[in-house]
Amino acid sequence: MKLIQELTIIGGIDKSGIKEEIEKISISPGEIIGVVGPTGSGKSTLICDIEQLAQADTPTGRTILINGVAPGQEIRTDPRKKCIAQLSQNMHFLADMSVIEFLNMHAKSRNKNSNTAQRVIAMANTLTGEPIYPEHQLTILSGGQSRALMAADIAVISDSPIVLIDEIENAGIKKQEALKLLASEGKIVLVVTHDPVLALMTKRRIVMKTGGMRQIITKTTSEIGLWNKLVKIDNYMMSLRDTIRHGGLVEEVSVA
Amino acid sequence: MKLVVIAGTPGSGKTSVLMHVIKLLKKTTSPCVVKVDCLWTDDDKRFDRLNIPVRVGLSKDMCPDHFAIYNTDDMLEWATRNNADILLNETAGLCLRCAPYPDGCLAVCVIDVTTGPNTPLKVGPLLTTADVIVATKGDIVSQAEREVFRERIIEANPHSRIIEANGLSGQGAAELTRIILDMPATGADLSLRHNAPLAICTLCTGEMHVSKRYHMGVLRHIDGSMEYKGE
Repeated sequence: MKLIQELTIIGGIDKSGIKEEIEKISISPGEIIGVVGPTGSGKSTLICDIEQLAQADTPTGRTILINGVAPGQEIRTDPRKKCIAQLSQNMHFLADMSVIEFLNMHAKSRNKNSNTAQRVIAMANTLTGEPIYPEHQLTILSGGQSRALMAADIAVISDSPIVLIDEIENAGIKKQEALKLLASEGKIVLVVTHDPVLALMTKRRIVMKTGGMRQIITKTTSEIGLWNKLVKIDNYMMSLRDTIRHGGLVEEVSVA
Repeated sequence: MKLVVIAGTPGSGKTSVLMHVIKLLKKTTSPCVVKVDCLWTDDDKRFDRLNIPVRVGLSKDMCPDHFAIYNTDDMLEWATRNNADILLNETAGLCLRCAPYPDGCLAVCVIDVTTGPNTPLKVGPLLTTADVIVATKGDIVSQAEREVFRERIIEANPHSRIIEANGLSGQGAAELTRIILDMPATGADLSLRHNAPLAICTLCTGEMHVSKRYHMGVLRHIDGSMEYKGE
């Protein structure tokens, strides 16, 4: 796979067939970019266009360029050459096999060595409260365990230069850690989110409305200041959640 | 005339994928579609909305794949009469024993990713003799499961083109359309890639020729009429 220096989205049309306000946006490695907007505003469709490396051949008419040029047919169609990994809230494990069996199979398909599966499980266990064991059946994992395993698998096995994440905050896993893990050094990351903590972990965010890209907001200095406070509040909420989960009482509230 | 045969298990998304493909094909070509089913279908109503020639063939008590093969000539003639240049034949796709693909057609196998990573190994000639394998519903399984599924397809049919498609969003339709546009026209005197399973006509005894003149036995025509041909 050639080195990816830039991902460019060239705007198409929105749901009413009108030209999108954002004509072009380029993203460089190392940047996490947010995608925000109300339900039905076209966030997932935008992610889908990027996943398919659309060439004005999807309903939105958008074009995706890699390093300024249209990716070759081979990159678009040969999954082994595909440079994009995706994690969404709608994904489930449906394969009827054990965690270790499945991960070994996946590692083998990506030519990774034999202890890779154990690394994935160890990493997944840092994201979820309930530990995952190698001999667990995939299909009995909880939603949180499944998403944690998927995130760790993307970070370790499906290691791709472009990562697309759809509403990870609803996945029941430690979202900040998950995003940091997926957005490791030098990757281009797009994250669809409604979560203020995650939204402010991005440098810029694309605002969607009625199927079109309307605006690009760059994080302000005051937002950076606010983020530090939000993280504290969020961590506090997490600790309360943990207390409740373990059968404790939360009779006092003390936000730092 | 280009013949495209679309096979795949029931509910795998054949019709949905095809709907998106037809919309794209219509821009530069004149496609028509024949939907073969066993007892009942309302897929023709879905195709009708696209304003192209649509025909339904119900195989009733005849094996639907035998029926599709036996009526390929009629379908091609019907397509010609309707001034079409591409005939899309969507099969019922049931028993997985055979594959109704003639040699000169584009053989498309639609397979549902949610059926699990062992499915590509179970499907048989439907998948192993296909030119293009369209994997649907990938959006509801993890990236990892999609990749494992893909590997299994490659194991079963190393020469196929794999398309990850979504019947709801239309993902993958552009790619399949391009393959259809690039394929050569289908010649005359077609032969099957794989023999059909046994039943009660000449096809059952292993006849591989598609043309009607080679067949005897109890046969059903695409217009529903039955005929006994033989001594």
